[in-house]
Amino acid sequence: MIANLLLMLVTGLFAGILGSILGIGGGMIVTPILTIAMGLDIKYAIGTSIIVVIATSSGATISFLKDDMLNLRVAMFLEIATTVGAVTGAALNGWIPKSVLYVLFSLLLLQSCYNMVKKLLNKPATAEQAVIQPDYLSQKLRLNGSYYDKALKQKVDYQVKNVPGGFLMMLAAGLASGLLGIGSGAFKVIAMDNIMRMPLKPSSATSNLMMGVTAAASATVYFFNGTILPNIAVPLALGVVFGATIGSRIMQHLHPKVIRIIFIPILLYLGLQMFLKGFGVNI
Amino acid sequence: MKKDEMCDIELLIGKILRVGVIVSVVVMVLGIVLMLVQGQGGYAAKTYPTTFAAIFRGVVQLKPYAVMMLGAFLLILTPVLRVVVSIYAFLKEKDYLYVAITTIVLIILAIAMIGGYFAGH
Repeated sequence: MIANLLLMLVTGLFAGILGSILGIGGGMIVTPILTIAMGLDIKYAIGTSIIVVIATSSGATISFLKDDMLNLRVAMFLEIATTVGAVTGAALNGWIPKSVLYVLFSLLLLQSCYNMVKKLLNKPATAEQAVIQPDYLSQKLRLNGSYYDKALKQKVDYQVKNVPGGFLMMLAAGLASGLLGIGSGAFKVIAMDNIMRMPLKPSSATSNLMMGVTAAASATVYFFNGTILPNIAVPLALGVVFGATIGSRIMQHLHPKVIRIIFIPILLYLGLQMFLKGFGVNI
Repeated sequence: MKKDEMCDIELLIGKILRVGVIVSVVVMVLGIVLMLVQGQGGYAAKTYPTTFAAIFRGVVQLKPYAVMMLGAFLLILTPVLRVVVSIYAFLKEKDYLYVAITTIVLIILAIAMIGGYFAGH
């Protein structure tokens, strides 16, 4: 029992650190460990990963709020899209063939992966925000913001553009999490970073904040149908909360380029995994 | 000036959220300590309390799994707490557009959570 407890705590710590740095929740790190390494049924792994996502979100949000890293208005506005998407997805569950969905979402991930690589190669990270013009909606909704980048040692002001596009992508992210039972943090980061052209750090921090709300929307289903196992989910969640508070501190000192370099292979892995899943292959 | 107000709001939300997280962490740790002391979860193999009534009964009897489930449930509530506090914070800042936006988020969230309660049963 104690060995199991320690394993969950350490796994959680790791998932929390990586999840909070990238804004992806950590479910994708925990699920393979639970299913492949521990032989847990996938339905329990999904229930558990929902708790992990909430733990990452709450742990990371505490330090990001203190350091003014996340954009509260962007989060609130886009949460309408993710929660509506998540509820719709849950209601539509079973109506749309999952294989088609997996392939569609995997293509979206792979395309974003390609965009991220392009971004990494083409532009120096410091000039990333140089030429963005805010659009009418982002000014009306007061979405533009600024943060202090501890790695670049400067305050970065940023503009937000293409709000409708980002909103649509968030609907898709919510749908994906409702239909497929995934955290879809990667989609949220893509929506802000790739589509709305926010810098990567506030994108990741804001995604962390939003994920908790999206996950809470579906968490009660799992809580009350008994797929959240206390002896696994609770030590894992404890590890994650501490990991996320550590990770959100580390992230602020990382160069945006470094975060992108960690993000790209994870997107590639996620994309390929979902693509194969669409054809019935589980890796 | 506007920027400072926003910072205050974020600090307030951060503080309240921290209290929420600490409470759920304390309850979860307590559950684990109980499990280590008693050497078991307090329930028959592969069963867990999943209704409010069962969890409440178990917590009163200090059953480890019941206390751990309570901790997990409190953790699930922390994002909800964050949304509620945000409404109050935007209200204080007289940002009514965002009071409305955040209220919509809270309503959708509440519908989803209540729906989840009935779907789970």
